[in-house]
Amino acid sequence: MSIQLKNISKRFGSLPALQNFSFSFPLGKTTVLIGPSGCGKSTLIRIITGLIKTDEGELLINEEILTSSNLYSVRRKLGYVIQDGGLFPHLTAKANVTLLAEYLDLDKTKIENRVEELCALTKFPKDGLNRFPGELSGGQKQRVSLMRALMLDPEILLLDEPLGALDPLIRFELQTDLKEIFVNLNKTVVLVTHDINEAAFFGDIIVLMKTGKIIQTGTVHDFVNTPKEPFVTKFITAQRSFINK
Amino acid sequence: MKKFFPFILIFFIIVKTNVPAQEKKNTIKVGSKKFTESVILGEIITQLGRIKNPEIIHLREIGGTRVLWNALLKGDIDIYPEYTGTIKEEIFAGKKLSDSAMIDSLTKLHISVSKSLGFNDTYALGMKESLAEKLNIKTISDLHNHPNLKFGFSNEFMDRKDGWPGLQAAYNLPQKNVRGLDHDLAYRGLEDGSIDVVDLYSTDAEIKYYHLKVLKDNLHYFPEYKAVLLYKTSLKNTNPSALKSILRLEGSISDSEMIEMNAKAKLDKIPEQVIAANFIKQKFSITTEYKKNTIWSRLLYNTKQHLFMVLISLFGAIIISIPLGIIAHRNKKTGKIILSIVGIIQTIPSLALLVFMIPLLGIGSWPAIVALFLYSLLPIVRNTFSGLEDIQLNIRESAEAIGLPPFARLRLVELPLASRSILSGIKTSAVINVGTATLGALIGAGGYGQPILTGIRLDDVSLILQGAVPAALLALFVQWFFDLLELVIVPKGLRLK
Repeated sequence: MSIQLKNISKRFGSLPALQNFSFSFPLGKTTVLIGPSGCGKSTLIRIITGLIKTDEGELLINEEILTSSNLYSVRRKLGYVIQDGGLFPHLTAKANVTLLAEYLDLDKTKIENRVEELCALTKFPKDGLNRFPGELSGGQKQRVSLMRALMLDPEILLLDEPLGALDPLIRFELQTDLKEIFVNLNKTVVLVTHDINEAAFFGDIIVLMKTGKIIQTGTVHDFVNTPKEPFVTKFITAQRSFINK
Repeated sequence: MKKFFPFILIFFIIVKTNVPAQEKKNTIKVGSKKFTESVILGEIITQLGRIKNPEIIHLREIGGTRVLWNALLKGDIDIYPEYTGTIKEEIFAGKKLSDSAMIDSLTKLHISVSKSLGFNDTYALGMKESLAEKLNIKTISDLHNHPNLKFGFSNEFMDRKDGWPGLQAAYNLPQKNVRGLDHDLAYRGLEDGSIDVVDLYSTDAEIKYYHLKVLKDNLHYFPEYKAVLLYKTSLKNTNPSALKSILRLEGSISDSEMIEMNAKAKLDKIPEQVIAANFIKQKFSITTEYKKNTIWSRLLYNTKQHLFMVLISLFGAIIISIPLGIIAHRNKKTGKIILSIVGIIQTIPSLALLVFMIPLLGIGSWPAIVALFLYSLLPIVRNTFSGLEDIQLNIRESAEAIGLPPFARLRLVELPLASRSILSGIKTSAVINVGTATLGALIGAGGYGQPILTGIRLDDVSLILQGAVPAALLALFVQWFFDLLELVIVPKGLRLK
C-alpha cells in the first residue's frame, strides 16, 4: 500500500502547517519525519489517517483519494501509535487491542491467537492483558498501543513520537524492540520524532522539515556531510550527543 | 446493555404499579381549594355522591380559584364548592353581574350552579366578645363612636378597594390606628390586646376559638359570598342520582355549622373525612363510607405518587437529554442553542412553571411530570456535553484512527468514558426532582407535598414532617442508589485509585 502526498497545504488559522508538500513514502521502508516543533510532522501523519483534512493538494493511498466511503477501510489498514499510547482507559489492555476486531465480529479463536502472537512480538507479558491502562507502566502502554496498531496486520504503521514520554532506559529498550519488529515485519513505517538519534537509529530515509516544508531528505550522514541549508547543520548540532559519538 | 436490565425492570415495576387504573367513564371528580372549608365541603360532596356512585374521587386542595375554575372548564374535575362573591368578583371580574346574569354566563360555559348551601362566608369585622359587650358594639356603624379602637387588618384587606378603603368610606369610620399584618398574627394581637378589631371571614374557625363577636354589616357593604356548588351540566345526564344526592346540601349548612366544622378541622385537628361523615350523619341520618387513613397507608400512597412523578419525568429526561448532550458536543452551534434553551428553562421559577402547565395539561400528575421533566434536562444535557468534551483529544483521535465509525466510537469509547459525568448529571436531576416534586401537590399531583400543604393549612407541624421527612429520606436514598449504580455503569478502568 503506497502513500503519496501531492502539493498538500494546510493552515491552522493564519499559521501554515504544511506548504505545498509533496512526498511518496517508500514501500517496506522506515521513513522518519523530523523537525522542530511546529514543522508540520504530526500534522502530516494526522492528514494521512484522515483525522484532519487538507486545504489543498491530494493524498493518494494505494492510488486512491481518501473519501468518506473508503475512509474506514483505509484506516483499518493503517496502524497508528501516538505518544502516551492513546489507550482507552475504560478498557483492559486486551480489550484495547481487540476492540476493532470485536467490533468487526472477527473469529474469536483467530483473535485469541493473534493476541498471543502480538504479546510475543511486542514482548508484552500475558498476565498484563487484563490490566487497565491506569495499571500499566509507560513502556507497557506503548507496547499495548503497538499491539493494537498491529492487530489487523496493517500494511502501514504510523507512529507519532511513540517514545516521546518514556524515561531513557525504557526508551532504549523499546527502541531496540521496535527496530527488530520493523525489520522483521517488513512494513512501510512512518515515524515522527524530534530526536535526531532516534531518527538515525530507525530511519532508512529521514525527512527533515521546517515550517511545513521539506528541507532535506536522506540519511543522517547526508545531513552532516552535504547539508542543503545552514538550518540542517544547526538542527543536528543542537543535539550534540549524536555528533560526539 | 445487559447490566442495565435489572434497573430497567425495577423502573417498569414501579411505574406499572403506579399508573392509575383506567378511570371508569362515569367517574365523578370532586375538587377543593387549598383552604380548610373548601376541603371539608369537597369531602362532604364526595361522601354524598358515593352513596349513589362509588366511582367518585376527591382531588383535595389543588389550588386557588383560577386552578379549580380552569380544571372545571377543562373537565379535569366535575364539581367543586365555590362562593357567589368569588364567581362575580373574580371569575367574571369587572362585569358586575346580577345573580341571573351570572347563571346565564355559567350556562353558556356548560356549567351549572347549585342553590346556596346556606352559609355566607364573606369578609367581616370582628372583636373580642367581652370588649364588644363592654362598649356595646353590635354593628360596624357602632364603631363610629369609638375612634380610639386599634384596627389590625390582613394585608390583602388593606389593599383591596372593596376592603378597608371602601369600608372606611362607606361607614365614614374615624379610626386612624390601622395596621396591615398577617392574618394569623392579627388573632394573636387580639389576645394580647394590641389590636381591638380584625377583618375575618365570617366562617373562620377562630371566631369560636377566640370568642369573637362578628359585627353586623348593617349597611350591607360586603358582597355576599354564599357557598354554592359549581358543576359540569353534563353531570345531570351522566350521574343524575349521585348529583341529586349531592344537591341535598342546598340550604343545609348554616353559618354556625360551618364555623363549627372549620373549628373541628383547624383547632381540634379532626380529619376532614370524619367531620364530613359526622355532618352527613347528623343532618341526613345517613352513614357514609370514607377511607380511614393510617399514617402508614398515607405514607405509602404519597410515596407511590411521588415516585411516579419522579421516575417518569427522570426517565423521559434521560431519554431526551443524553442525545441532546451528544448533539451539543458534535455540533457546537446547535449545542449553544440547546444549552441556552435548557438553561433558560431552568431559570423559570418552579411554581410559575407548574402554573404554566395547567392551561396546557390541566391538573394532576401529568403537568407536574412535564414540569419536572423540563427541570431535569439541564443537569443531564450539561453533564453529557461536558463529559464528552472532557475526553482527551488523543483518546478521541485514537478511536477514530483505528477505524471505528462515529456511532461505534460513541458507543464503545466516548459514552463509557463520559459515563461518570452523565450519571452524576442524572443523580443531580433525580435529587432536585425529589425536592421539586413536593410542589406537585399544588396542582393536584399528590406526593409528599400533599401532607406538607395540608400541614401548612392546618398549622400542623407533624403533618408537615410527614411530607418533609420522607422527601428528605428519598433524596438520600436516590443519592445512595446512584452511588451504587456508578459501580455497575462506570467502567472499572475509570474507577482506579
